[in-house]
Order: sequence, then C-alpha cells, then structure tokens
Amino acid sequence: MVLTSRNEVLQNLRERLGNKIVSVFEKNERRIYIEVAPQDIVETTKVIFRDYEARLQTASGVDTPDKIDIYYHWAFDRANCLVTIIVKLDRQKPVIDSIAPLCMGAEWIEREMWELLGVTFNNHPDMRHLLLMDEWPEGQYPLRRDFRLPKKNSPLNPLS
Amino acid sequence: MSKKTIIPIGPYHPLQEEPEFFKLHVDGETVVKVDIELGYNHRGVEKLAESKTFEQAVYFVERICGICSTSHPIACCQAIEDAGEVKVPERALYIRSIIGELERLHSHLLWLGLAGHFLGFNTVWMWVWRYREDVINCLEIITGNRNHYCMMKPGGVRRDIKGEDIPTILGVLNGLKKPLDLFYKTVNQDPVLQARTRNVGILTRQNIIDYCGVGPLARASGVAIDVRKDHPHAAYGMVDFKVITTTKGDVFDKVDVRILEMFESVSIIKQCLEALKKTPGPIDANPAVIKAGDGIGHYEAPRGEVIHYIRSDGSNRPARHKIRAPSYVNVATNRTAVVGQSIADATIILGAVDPCYCCTERMAAIRVDNGEKTLTADDLIKLSWDKTSRLRKELGAAGPVLPLD
Repeated sequence: MVLTSRNEVLQNLRERLGNKIVSVFEKNERRIYIEVAPQDIVETTKVIFRDYEARLQTASGVDTPDKIDIYYHWAFDRANCLVTIIVKLDRQKPVIDSIAPLCMGAEWIEREMWELLGVTFNNHPDMRHLLLMDEWPEGQYPLRRDFRLPKKNSPLNPLS
Repeated sequence: MSKKTIIPIGPYHPLQEEPEFFKLHVDGETVVKVDIELGYNHRGVEKLAESKTFEQAVYFVERICGICSTSHPIACCQAIEDAGEVKVPERALYIRSIIGELERLHSHLLWLGLAGHFLGFNTVWMWVWRYREDVINCLEIITGNRNHYCMMKPGGVRRDIKGEDIPTILGVLNGLKKPLDLFYKTVNQDPVLQARTRNVGILTRQNIIDYCGVGPLARASGVAIDVRKDHPHAAYGMVDFKVITTTKGDVFDKVDVRILEMFESVSIIKQCLEALKKTPGPIDANPAVIKAGDGIGHYEAPRGEVIHYIRSDGSNRPARHKIRAPSYVNVATNRTAVVGQSIADATIILGAVDPCYCCTERMAAIRVDNGEKTLTADDLIKLSWDKTSRLRKELGAAGPVLPLD
C-alpha cells in the first residue's frame, strides 16, 4: 500500500507499529523521527519497506557518549515525507539484526557501519570490509569519538 | 568445455575517471558474476566534516565531487537549514535551482559524450562536449567559476544573478535547443546505436526497488521518483516540469531519459529566470546560530538523490555529518545489470549508471588472474569498439553523423 500524505504515514505507522514505538518526534511537516527498540528493527522494516513501499535512503550511525544510535532514513516519496527510524544500541556491545536480507539496499551501508563504527549485524549476507582495507585491525573504528589516528610510522596511517 | 575466467576492471582503468574495482567472472564471453570493491578513493569526508564549522562544511562538501559539485552543497545547506529551522528567501531559492539545473545540463552532456566514446563514436563525444562547453561558460558568467561554483551557503546563496546577465544565459539556453534536438534524433534513429544499447543491461522495476536505486537509472526502469517533484525544495515547487520516465530499463532508455531531462532543465531555468525578474529581495537569511537538533537535506543531483544528515549540538560545528551520494546505491545495481551480458557490453552497462566514484567513497579495469588469457584495459574498450564496427558492417550503416554548425 502506498501512502500519499504525511498524516496518513504517521497514522498508519502508529497503528501498525503499536507498542514497538518507544517515542515519536515530529520535527516539522516533512520530517518524522520514530524510535523503536533494537529487537524490533526487522519487524519495523517489514512494515515500512514491504507493506508501505518506502525507499531506504541510507542509515547513519552516530556515536554518542553512552549509546550508538542508528538512524534509518526512509523516504515516503508519494507523501513528501521522510521518516527516520531510530534505534539506540549499547555502546559497549552494539549488536542488531541486519535488515539486508529484507532490503538489499541496506547491504553496503551495514558493511560500512560495521567497519567504521563497530556495530555487529546479525544475519548479514556478506559481511566484509567495504571502504577500509582488508588488513584494517579489529577494534579500531574511525567514526568513534575515541578513535585516534594510527601512529606516524604505522602502515595504517595515510600520512606515513 | 567452458572455462570460468575472472576479469578485473580497476582499480585504475581508462574506462573510468576514478578508481574502483569490478571483478567480472566470465564464462566464455558471458559475465556470470560481478564483485564490486570500493575504498580506493575513501577520504574520510564524514569524519573531517565534524572538524569544520557549518559554513566551512558547505565549502568542504563541494569538493567531494568535481562533476556534480553543487548538489552536495545544496543538500548540505538544506540539512543545516532543516536542523536550525532557517527560512531561505525566495530569490535565493530560484538561484539555487538555476545553478542546479545548469549543472544537470553539463553533467548529462558529459555523460552522453562518454557513452559515445565507450561505444566507439568519438564524433558524438567531441560534439556533445563542444556544447557542454557553452553551459560551463554560462556557469562561469554567473558564478565566476567553471566548476566548484561556491554559490551555496546556509540560509541562502553567496552571489546574486544580475539582471544584465539574464539575456546572455537565455542566449546559451536557446542555443542548446538545436543540438539537443539533434542528439535526441540521432539516438532514436541511428541503427548502430540502437543495436548497441537496446535490450542491453536491463534493470527491472523490481530490481530498482530492491536496490533502492535513484535518479535517471530508476526513472528509466519506470520508477517515477524524483526528489524535485516528490519532495519539492529550492524553487522546484514553484516551477512546472515533467518527471521523465521510460519503461524498459535498458541502456537505451537510460540515454533517452537523460536527453529528455535536459529539455526539462532548460525549461526550468527559463521559468526561474523569468521569476527572478519579479522577485527582488535578499538572497541570504544570514542565520547567526544553528539550533541543536537533527536535520536531513536531500537534493536531486544529476545522478539521483543525494542525502545529507546533520546533527547539530548547538555549537558552530556538526556533531555528525552523514553523506550518501546517488552512486552509492546505483553502482550496486551493476551486480544485477551486467550478469548474463557479454564482456563487450560490460563497458557501456557499467558506464550507463553514470558512476561517480568520488561521491560513492566519499569507485572499474581488466586483467586475468589465472593466466589463461590476459585482457588489458585497452582491450576492453577495444572489444566494445569492435562490436560497434561489426554492427556497422552488418547493418550497412555508418553510425551517427553529426553535421557541423
């Protein structure tokens, strides 16, 4: 079913996602942010991608002091509305189910978030390095706040 | 007995302006699998952006890509404006659309020329690029730069378009009418071009939805998504234009969509110029502080939707800046489009995406690993050219002939 207005999007998502929703923030006419629990991400994606035919624009991983947030940006093109699904993961052990088996468009971005932010995606069909070299050491995540550039003489330092 | 051979295209290859690595697994002449490896051009833009102020970030993201160099700044400004709830003056919106559409014209012309080159029609390449030069000159008149126009800033634009420049811009646009008509006719009538592009590299509607494809690629497969129409931004909600779609999703349709889009671009610019005459006023809202919050800005770049996500913490720098360029999703579609096709067609299929690797990294080449047979980079383009000359003989046609002025 294709949703054609912003209110329709909000109403339908509220109904279908029900108690999976942790919070809803309506930023403005065209932007809606909905937080769901990490274990509900696959079900939520099924509803949004399969039933309402939204398009996955991308996902942003954000490192915050105590959590790692993942923002899944969905475009409802016929409703002039962007819906962002937020999940907050434990910073010490960020693990979440992959949505790539459902939505092929998420394959590369999940690989990217794995290598740059250290988020583990369960059931990802093809998890390997996307942008960084294969020799990149484990546990070094460039987009984390506490990441320090490898030492000057290290082969991992582009300036060496 | 057929042998499976791996043909690597890249990371450095004359086919492409920038590094990327396509590993084509071929069985005889047919491609059976494609591996795409990115990362050869990864510059860590997202991390670097966090160390720039909002004003600097716009200047910085303009350097991501040399072809669609105004798409990133527009998307970035819109993300900042969305986060900070800044209202942009109307005149600035029209100027943004004019620069954006001029850029689409030069980008599509650049691609059309390259497509001609891959197919072995170097006259097409030379002539298309000759008219692209007019568009670039026009941009120079307006912005002072042939590329990297530096026109966008959070809250508006940096320079105004002067009334006295409008006739010159209109002159360039009117001059484009004849060559665009000619390119459209050539592509639609020439039997050799048709034979090389029809039913080659087909992407179905479902493929596009699965890969979340965007831009002319999606529209060629009948998926009518265009950020300019669906999520009106800049002046696109105030002008009249059509979203061009075709249904088959082969290389020919991708050429067709891009050429027809150029006519729409010309019409959009004309409408914006007309509106500029009636819309005086400031071109910049000069936002002093960007409020804390999340902002998403997206813009229909020549290759499709570019999206910027910005998190502002109330300081003068983004706390997080996520960038997703259209090629990031579109290059992935090659995993489907090239499979089952011959190696001679691989060049044009990979090229039909109009890949922009710089953007994807914020990235193709040929070599044979197992020593069975070695194809060099030049061989690949030559394969494509050989096919064209074979078709020329078979069809008894010379291929597109573009008349001189």
